[in-house]
Amino acid sequence: MRFVRRYLVPRLIQYVLVICLGITVVFFIPRLMPTDPVERVISALEAQGGYLDPAALEETILTLRETYGLEEGLFKQYISFWGRLFTLDFGPSLFMFPVPVFDLIRTALPWTAGLLFVSLLLGWTIGNILGGLTGYFRQSRILKIFDGMVMLVRPIPYYIMALLLIIFFAYLLPIFPIGGGYTVGYKIAFTWRFVGSVLKHAFLPLLSLTLLNAAFRHQTMRLLVQTVRDEDFIHYAKIGNVKERTIFSRYVLRNAILPQITGLAMSLGMIFGGALITEIVFSYPGIGHLLYRAIVNGDFNLIMGITTISIVAIATGILVIDFLYPLFDPRIRLK
Amino acid sequence: MKILKTLRELCRDRQFGLGAVMLLVLAVLTLLTLFSPYDPTEWRVVAHDLPPSWGHLLGTSSLGQDVFWRMTFALRNSVALALFASVISRVIAVTVGLVAGYSGGVVDRVLMFFSDGLLVIPLLLIIMLLAVLVERLSLTSLALLLGTISWAWAARRIRSQILTLREREFTYTAILSRTPTRKLIFNEYFPFIIPLVLSGFISTMIWVVGMEIALAFIGLTDLSIPTLGAMIKWATSYQAMLLGYWWWLAAPVGISIFLFVALYLVSVGISEYLDPRARMQRVGAK
Repeated sequence: MRFVRRYLVPRLIQYVLVICLGITVVFFIPRLMPTDPVERVISALEAQGGYLDPAALEETILTLRETYGLEEGLFKQYISFWGRLFTLDFGPSLFMFPVPVFDLIRTALPWTAGLLFVSLLLGWTIGNILGGLTGYFRQSRILKIFDGMVMLVRPIPYYIMALLLIIFFAYLLPIFPIGGGYTVGYKIAFTWRFVGSVLKHAFLPLLSLTLLNAAFRHQTMRLLVQTVRDEDFIHYAKIGNVKERTIFSRYVLRNAILPQITGLAMSLGMIFGGALITEIVFSYPGIGHLLYRAIVNGDFNLIMGITTISIVAIATGILVIDFLYPLFDPRIRLK
Repeated sequence: MKILKTLRELCRDRQFGLGAVMLLVLAVLTLLTLFSPYDPTEWRVVAHDLPPSWGHLLGTSSLGQDVFWRMTFALRNSVALALFASVISRVIAVTVGLVAGYSGGVVDRVLMFFSDGLLVIPLLLIIMLLAVLVERLSLTSLALLLGTISWAWAARRIRSQILTLREREFTYTAILSRTPTRKLIFNEYFPFIIPLVLSGFISTMIWVVGMEIALAFIGLTDLSIPTLGAMIKWATSYQAMLLGYWWWLAAPVGISIFLFVALYLVSVGISEYLDPRARMQRVGAK
């Protein structure tokens, strides 16, 4: 029970507070703007020209006025904004009228979630193993060179890496498709052909995210291992003739990995923004690509929907990973 | 002379040395803009789509611009943007960190709640929301915007530093001898904070340059001003890769990676020189 009170409850309160803060910021941004967002969106639409279904326009203006209009008091607007979030009703999308915004997000979300989690876990695992090795075997020549290479990769943003991979793979090694989520014309189904196509298309986006994620983990892990391996119990283990491999995997890694698990949760939020742009670079059919199309078409309903849902989704993802933490650290359970 | 000595000591570190040389190269490139034979905003000043040659070191683009000269302007503007935004961000970070750390209590909790929020909320989305509403972001408003939201991490670190300083002996002595708070903060605390500010300054620069590229790529910044992001955006929207004009895209991508690596190496060198224990925080910073 103490575990629940000391760990679970404060963490849940923090979760709710963060979402409240995020949603409030999103609510106030259009209202603090010097220009009227509704007029701004409509004028942008008219400037684009082209044919717009009058019914679509009417409906959009209605939802826009309702969401951002200043007819009611601010407090009432705020309450109805939250109401929209709970009913998942963000109005219809404009450029794909009359599909509801939420339906568009729901089809795009699995693509992003898959990309994000696979690259997060892969990068985390690879980075931790390699970082652990370089931290523990400090004398190794090869690992030192490797460490230098990591230094060069580490500061590059995800989407720049994506562009670099495109330049590289489009010219020198044209074996992977550089755009899309699956071969055009394939039906979405659980067949070998479709899954294979998805994997092939996901390879480059995945590679760019995983590489950088692994480089980041590598560096933190190397430093963590370096501090652990100098501790007394490691010296005793060595004197006590415990096998080197056992020391490395059971004693050093097990202790150094704990901060990395907390880091895993934090990096989910950090990687998210970068992953969105990476999706745009590869025209990968996830949330990022959807957001791009929404911005290009001035679809404000869709932009708001994606922003609010992403804030909730990221906070929830971090919460879930945080709750897994006690499984790995017995000290938290005992506290 | 003290500066020179510090610099010499810093250069003994191989990472810092390499980074400094790279930054020097970049500085020369930005200074070259003064001698540019072409106006970077003009289109169709040279022949289209030429591959790299002696006449055009990095070829020409489909817009009829010399890629090399345009790149120097882009680099200059992006670096200026990063410097400006990072200064704003540091000013806010120091203020928030000082106030939160020194006053404690409710003020501290409120300020830290906001900075935690900034760390967890996907910032890119918030920036996009703002950018969509103000039409195309000019360089100045972009700097202001990025500066005002990137202080959270640094503010946290400064606050925790102040928290430990406040419990030190000399603080009590100062308070008992009625030293004004302002004097205590500026004369006694600042020397401890400056290293934190410096190492964070460069990582914020990296973040700002990256953010500019991201926003330009989505088309939310003013693309008529040559920046690294605008250049990448033009190249990709003219399908430079599909048409085989790889130099057009490779030049801005290459130079921005060069910039990121140079800044990163220098920041690593500085923080290791200032405080070997800062290594842990360094890798954790954005």
